[in-house]
Amino acid sequence: MPSKTSHHNDHGGGSLSTKFDAIVVGGGIVGCACAYYLSQSFQRVLVIEPGPIGGASTAAGMGHIVVMDDSPAQFALTYYSQQLWTGLVSQMPADCEYRPTGTMWVAADDEEFSHVEGKRKFYESNGVKAEVLSPAELAKAEPQLRDGLAGGLRIPSDSVIYPVTAAGWLLSEAKRNGAELIQGKRATKMGQRSVHLEDGTQFEADFVINAAGGHAPLLTPGLPIEPRKGHLVITDRYPGFVHHQLIELGYLKSAHEMSSESVAFNAQPRATGQILLGSSRQFVGWNSEVDRKLVTKMVNRAAEYLPGIQQLSGIRIWTGFRATTPNKLPIIGAMPEDPSLLIAAGHEGLGITTSLATGKLIADWASGSKSVIDPAPYIPGGHHEH
Amino acid sequence: MTESRHFDVLVVGAGPAGMAAAITAASGGAKVGIVDENPQPGGQIFRAKVGKLAPEVAKSVEKLAASGVELLNGLTIVDAPQPGVLMGATHKSMIILKYSKLILAVGARELFLPFPGWTLPNVMGIGGLQALVKSGLDVRGKRIVLSGSGPLLIAVGAYLKEYGAEVMAIVEQASTANLARFAAGMAKYPSKIKQGTPLIFGVGRLIQRGAWVESAHGKDKLESVKLNKSVGSIQCEYLGCSFGFVPNLELPMLIGCQVVDGFVKVDSLQNTSIANVFCAGEPTGIGGIELSVVEGKIAGFTASGHTERAQVLMPEKQKWQAFSRALDQAFALREELRGLVEPETIVCRCEDVRHRQLKGYDCGREAKLHTRCGMGPCQGRVCGASTRFLYGWEHGTVRPPLVPVPLAGLANEEQGKTK
Repeated sequence: MPSKTSHHNDHGGGSLSTKFDAIVVGGGIVGCACAYYLSQSFQRVLVIEPGPIGGASTAAGMGHIVVMDDSPAQFALTYYSQQLWTGLVSQMPADCEYRPTGTMWVAADDEEFSHVEGKRKFYESNGVKAEVLSPAELAKAEPQLRDGLAGGLRIPSDSVIYPVTAAGWLLSEAKRNGAELIQGKRATKMGQRSVHLEDGTQFEADFVINAAGGHAPLLTPGLPIEPRKGHLVITDRYPGFVHHQLIELGYLKSAHEMSSESVAFNAQPRATGQILLGSSRQFVGWNSEVDRKLVTKMVNRAAEYLPGIQQLSGIRIWTGFRATTPNKLPIIGAMPEDPSLLIAAGHEGLGITTSLATGKLIADWASGSKSVIDPAPYIPGGHHEH
Repeated sequence: MTESRHFDVLVVGAGPAGMAAAITAASGGAKVGIVDENPQPGGQIFRAKVGKLAPEVAKSVEKLAASGVELLNGLTIVDAPQPGVLMGATHKSMIILKYSKLILAVGARELFLPFPGWTLPNVMGIGGLQALVKSGLDVRGKRIVLSGSGPLLIAVGAYLKEYGAEVMAIVEQASTANLARFAAGMAKYPSKIKQGTPLIFGVGRLIQRGAWVESAHGKDKLESVKLNKSVGSIQCEYLGCSFGFVPNLELPMLIGCQVVDGFVKVDSLQNTSIANVFCAGEPTGIGGIELSVVEGKIAGFTASGHTERAQVLMPEKQKWQAFSRALDQAFALREELRGLVEPETIVCRCEDVRHRQLKGYDCGREAKLHTRCGMGPCQGRVCGASTRFLYGWEHGTVRPPLVPVPLAGLANEEQGKTK
């Protein structure tokens, strides 16, 4: 069981050294990816996680590995990350449920379809295969979509994973390289080469990495990260109902609305045959209660694209929180005033995709290696709104 | 638009507790509704005489029909979106149920513990076996073993014999000493002796005490079982298991009722921790029909504003609580049952999760997320209780919908409003 992680502090009293090369605070997929790459260059890596591994935003996410053309910096990070995922697929255990579904961006009307050709050109000129589908081709590829849609854009290289087990696997690989885990204890303070835990223990390291997602500002005050709530609905098993990750082209509009609440059609075929249905976005603090009205809107939105979905059984609804920054880019890199404190947080709705690139950038910084992509757009301090 | 109804007192569950609560509340003139997912009232568990209801239950069903209580049968509660409101679903539509007072009489379900071979076809809960016989399964000449714990094993054994089954053994895990102590205490409950004696008379010689099925065997379906005590195995076509009952806590937890030690916490008047929400019967403690009925009456009186009449019932409630404690002690599940699972034994049937994948997790939520245990269509209704027994995991959080519901139902509130 390679994905299975430790469920205890790995250390009986006292045997744990207190000096590390790097300490990662947060055992979500971003923290696990940081540990994965750090452990390839450093002997002594420690991960600290108060709850289950991948139990917060990671567990709430869809697990869509997607290259986004929203901004050049976002494209660079998602594209690089997807290449890293592709490189790992052959090693990942089956329970990570990797599936090369591709993404189908669906255009509802001519106005939306008018953007498709431009997007195709952008993807193609940057080395990502993209195909424009006519209404008939779209209907053939996804027969459950309603008639009368304007067409689609297929990105075949996008894929789907189960984020929780993927995070667990990354951590277990890090542990094989010697990384250690303290689970069940919360970090209360970090910076200046040290991390304090709630029980009073303290650990030293050359680098401390804040990978606490939406909670990162509690440990590094001033980080411009806010929780943005989302809902997901999962159905019973209907293998073959849809084949691609289906997203409406209006999705980016929804993702960009910063003030109001919004929903967008986003449906994903899981390896189990279940359909995972999103998405919603709202700023309501950390209130995790299911907002029935918003779920209603979300399901109705999905039914506008997939009328047959109304007959499928929904078995569970859950909520989660995206760690959102004003300019939609994650914060990755060293704090200007404390170069030993690295931030790896604020991944909004793309944390599963961008976790690997984030881990790589962090490990590159810590080991003094040159990164494959330019790290400048993500470094702390530059995240004011465009 | 979705149909909406309002009741002064709404009762969920039309078993013995719910029927008693509804009849009692209605006797004071309140507008009362009773919801049950089955097509008829009567409840799940006391189908002891399959095909017909136990006489005391049948009497309640008659009284209920004459009480003015509105019967909402075939309706499943799927959500509790806000205080004072439940969402119900029939097979074709949703209904909004509003209440001033709510009585949760949601009953219990069988506890089914995993052991090697428990997922073989023809290994089932005895409730399921009974239901199959009721719906026409011919058991004449069929060899059947019943295994687990509690008086229900004997009742079902007697019933199956009546239907011509060849009951090979009734395997009771409780020790002979525990059972003898229990029997000695029964003098205080003459009605129970009257119920039980003929049953024990009929099948008593088949009972093996301090015994349990260690494993079930067969190629494509059940062929034999092996007991802890015997060297050889018993050939059989069916194995019915019953390890007691676990309360249905999903709706109480969704509403926010406090749960302590696995049961809904109530005061002597059946008030839960949530204002205007009461609970009666098995969810407050597995106690059987008599305790359920008296708790139902108390909840009915309290909810309709007659606490003085509820107070009168306290001695009777205490008597049956004592009986319930005696049952608990006599039939407490033994440690050895935790050790039956093997690494490859399936624990979560919906998602095919095996014991080897689960042992070692001490947090149920982490295990669930990493293995999918309890994430299937039954949402942990079967494996939730067994993982609590095997690994000591806490109850997970409850999220809507309580049961799988067509997405159209989730979209219902806004139907007709969207473009």
